[in-house]
Amino acid sequence: MTLKKKEHLLNIIITVFACIAAIMFLMPTVLTLANSFMTSSEISANYGAMLENMTDDKKTFISENVNLKFLPDKVTFDQYKNVLLKNPDYLLKFWNSVILTVPITLFQMLLAILTSYGFSRYPNKFKSIVFFAYIILMIMPYQVTIVPNYLVLDKLGMIDTADPEKSWAIALKIQELLSATTRSRLAIILPAIFSPFSIFLLTKVMRRIPVSYVEAAKLDGASELQILTKIYTPLCKGAIVSITMLVFIDYWNMVEQPLVLMKDSYLHPLSVFLSQISTGDIGLAFAVGVVYMVPTILMFLYGEDHLIEGITYSGGIKG
Amino acid sequence: MKKHKDQCGRKTEKIFSNICVMPSLIGVLIFFLIPFGIVVYYSMINNPVMHEFVGIENYTKLFQTVAFKRAATNTATFSLISVPLAVILSLWLAVLLERNIPGKSIFRTFFLSPLMVPTASVVLVWQVLFHTHGTLNQIIEMFGGNSVDWMKSSHGQIIIIVMFLWKNMGYNMILFMSALAGIPRDIIEVAKLEGASGWYQFIHIKLRYLSPTILFVFILSLINSFKIFREVYLLTGDYPYDKMYMLQHFMNNTFNSLDYQKLSAAAVLFSLVMIVIIAILLTIENIFGKDVE
Repeated sequence: MTLKKKEHLLNIIITVFACIAAIMFLMPTVLTLANSFMTSSEISANYGAMLENMTDDKKTFISENVNLKFLPDKVTFDQYKNVLLKNPDYLLKFWNSVILTVPITLFQMLLAILTSYGFSRYPNKFKSIVFFAYIILMIMPYQVTIVPNYLVLDKLGMIDTADPEKSWAIALKIQELLSATTRSRLAIILPAIFSPFSIFLLTKVMRRIPVSYVEAAKLDGASELQILTKIYTPLCKGAIVSITMLVFIDYWNMVEQPLVLMKDSYLHPLSVFLSQISTGDIGLAFAVGVVYMVPTILMFLYGEDHLIEGITYSGGIKG
Repeated sequence: MKKHKDQCGRKTEKIFSNICVMPSLIGVLIFFLIPFGIVVYYSMINNPVMHEFVGIENYTKLFQTVAFKRAATNTATFSLISVPLAVILSLWLAVLLERNIPGKSIFRTFFLSPLMVPTASVVLVWQVLFHTHGTLNQIIEMFGGNSVDWMKSSHGQIIIIVMFLWKNMGYNMILFMSALAGIPRDIIEVAKLEGASGWYQFIHIKLRYLSPTILFVFILSLINSFKIFREVYLLTGDYPYDKMYMLQHFMNNTFNSLDYQKLSAAAVLFSLVMIVIIAILLTIENIFGKDVE
């Protein structure tokens, strides 16, 4: 009996602890949401001091302290009105984000399904060497891979500053065919499509699919292509959904790539813009943040169960 | 006759599986691997105009650069501390949540919420927390302590570690939870019947089954430990205080100052270190991973 009581007490302690931890994890989300309903003046009163060293010193602020405030004095939708109705800039940037992130995610995933299938069937020496290279590539921070990316994109005439004399012959063709806007967008989209992160995760899942499934399908006369589309892809649906979410979130928040590869700030995604208004016009930052959160929240609502069960097969590096 | 046909089938299947890898490989070769060869070449010439071969001179120069040494030390320290910490803490959380506590699925959602918030908005919150007159210092002062200028102190790395753990622990925990759920129940039951303590069960049974997942989470955390630079950059800009000056800062700045030789040498060195680390991990997996399956 005492053992059961002890167990019960332990459960309560753990629940309390988990609650505290969960609140800490949730805090920035709630804060962003709550502050998006504040008036601009309330926000600058609370956070104005943060920008002190960025503006001139003579400017006085209402409060010297930076206050973390959860409840607005007065609930207002002014920020949202500004972001969504008054200024088309934000919606334009939002569209820039969509037009970069959606193709990247879509094509990276399609390529990942095909490639992972190739990696998981009939392993050989060649494939394992390539896979090792992919793992290394996957770990590299963007600051390392940007150098090779930049070299090629420059030669292809995809970066505005490219010196036409030094580019490859194909660059002229590309410049003829594609507008400057398309070129700068492709400069970000193309290398990102070939990023090996999704291939690594999906290959690991596909390698765990029992051979007997394939054998059975073959007895029924299925072709290799059918095995890929009718067996492998449906079996990995959960993993595909959850990897898609991870890839989307990563590129939805990209900052470095556009800063380096896109000279025209007019084309920058909202994530870059958001990072810059954080230090400037702070009054709108939270509402923009919330608007920017909407697609990821929708994805979570759809795919959270997959995210939790998706990479159940996970294990090891080689899979 | 039939056997012969079968072998023919095998052959086309093998070719098909090779073809599947090709589109990706071609893209990776064009955008990453071949230009990386050029980077290696750049790291061994004196400048892009004269193309004179200088061997390892760029590397020795790199090692004499104070900024590089500081950046490399900071990044190494950060990864060495934060990656194991992320693995251990998320495993611990996963084990805790394995118990029958109410509202388990809500907890999971909460722990995953850091993935949803835009990076730039989160950075804003971190700025408020760690500002000289920010929330954390107000709390410290309330309890009579001395406030710390977090961004400009030797505690700077703590900020990065906190940001990293906050962002990535949730997903790591989810991976561990699904791995824990995958351990065969009967083995645990037998251990319980034979009177094994909870700790014994954890060390000798669960940990063995979890070892592939631990490696996987380790790799994932390593990747994410480099990706957290995005937050650091937005928080601190190009030239932060000493302790927060990361390798990526160094690379960004050498890129902007067009010092391609130094940048190339740093990129090659970084890749070499990663190759060694991954090779070690693969060896570990080969030794420990097999007996579980």
